[in-house]
Amino acid sequence: MSKPKVGFYWCAACGGCEEAVVDLNEDILKVVAAVDILFWPVALDFKREDVEKLNDRELAVCFINGAIRSSEQFEMVELLRKKSGLLIAFGSCSHLGGIPGLANLFNREAILANSYKEVFSVENPQGIYPQQSCQVPEGTVTLPALWNTVKALDQVIDVDYYLPGCPPPVELIKDAVAAILGGKLPAKGTVLAPDKALCEVCPRKESKPEKPQLREFKRPHELVIDTEKCLLAQGLLCLGSATRSGCGSACVNGNMPCTGCMGPTSRVLDYGAKALSAIASLVGSNDEKEIAAILGKIADPTGTFYRYSLPASLLHRTYNSGQGGN
Amino acid sequence: MSDKNKANSGNFEPRIVAFFCNWCTYTAADLAGTARMTYAPNARVVRVMCSGRLDPQFILMALREGADGVLIGGCHPGDCHYQEGNYKTLRRFTLLKRLLQDMGIENERVRMEWIAASEGDRVQKVMNEMTEQLKKLGPLHLEPVPIDTVHKKVEESVAQAEGVKI
Ligand code: SF4
Ligand code: SF4
Ligand code: SF4
Repeated sequence: MSKPKVGFYWCAACGGCEEAVVDLNEDILKVVAAVDILFWPVALDFKREDVEKLNDRELAVCFINGAIRSSEQFEMVELLRKKSGLLIAFGSCSHLGGIPGLANLFNREAILANSYKEVFSVENPQGIYPQQSCQVPEGTVTLPALWNTVKALDQVIDVDYYLPGCPPPVELIKDAVAAILGGKLPAKGTVLAPDKALCEVCPRKESKPEKPQLREFKRPHELVIDTEKCLLAQGLLCLGSATRSGCGSACVNGNMPCTGCMGPTSRVLDYGAKALSAIASLVGSNDEKEIAAILGKIADPTGTFYRYSLPASLLHRTYNSGQGGN
Repeated sequence: MSDKNKANSGNFEPRIVAFFCNWCTYTAADLAGTARMTYAPNARVVRVMCSGRLDPQFILMALREGADGVLIGGCHPGDCHYQEGNYKTLRRFTLLKRLLQDMGIENERVRMEWIAASEGDRVQKVMNEMTEQLKKLGPLHLEPVPIDTVHKKVEESVAQAEGVKI
């Protein structure tokens, strides 16, 4: 019997998701033995033409990591959608827009200006920006267009399942692969991870006070962190109460607060709004000025609560430039 | 005619979603009504049992779905029917306001007011004031973007980027 054909592709990504696949260690051999990898540009030399030549839905499954922010990424995921039976958003960038999604706090022009002109290590007196096309003696060379707005995968194509996390935990990848190969998948659109909040399974949950009454927010370098006590009770912005579990409490076990990479549970529409609501409600003051002072210690609320999910939020991006929208 | 054109021609009527607490502000709005006080008819009032019930998601959703502004009305501090609810509102709103600022949504578009059951005149004043402010600001364009318009936007995006100079 022929083996199921599989593809992996990355869009606006950091490489960590590909690394997570390699982190399957010897189990990757089982995966390789069970499937035929037909496309994985980071590891194997296949080209776009190879994908174009496939029949529609010939790939049994395609995993896509990274957010979508260029015309090339959009074309590739559209093509892969056509060629794949199942399409899985892999990692928080693809699931919710991820860290690259924070670019939505700016517009394209500001991003180009910063990267190609303003950064102190760049010397570019003529203000030369990357162009979409350029004439050289050999002909015209072209580059993909950078979008004004970063998007999560399901904002541009139809997605069947989501593997959350930054990157997705190895155990969840294994479970997902097993479910796919065994034909035991849940309903379309499911996030392939437990649907409970992290606090519920956190090893420190016994020490989480019923009413934390937060009087001060601290950043991890500002204190010696107790290795056993609930991090929120120590004044750290631990987002475990708003975040989906399934990561094995990775950060909390490493004595670091949860920053929310697994995204929300299924009942939540907007991760940032929910996390913000959970944290703000716990402030231990009823005085307007004092509340503002305590919350003022949170330096960057948008970057903190939407660290992995700004494009998938209800607002998607900033609107102050007079050219919001897409 | 689109909202934008309406704004340009000076006839823009802002849409306000007002979340009023059952015990104080909603009662005050009722009182304003029975006392025949007239005020700008721009708000659609949603009665919630307590301003503390107001999930920040509701506010973002209202803006997303076409509101130009959101008004939150609750009992004065100390007067909450459920004792603590309006303090939670205050805490959440304090943080949410900073987030909205980051997102480029002007301060005046989301407003929180403590209005007691007897303060019908305050409802009148706040509604009128907010409507005026929003008229000056113009419409907020946060309509959801349907997937099938993405293609078109991509083409526009490509065209725009072509103009970026060397
Ligand atoms: S989800 Fe995390 S690990 Fe994966 S590409 Fe995005 S930033 Fe990198
Ligand atoms: S707040 Fe953080 S440390 Fe505390 S119980 Fe929840 S996940 Fe664990
Ligand atoms: S603890 Fe939070 S940030 Fe860390 S891996 Fe788990 S979900 Fe992600």
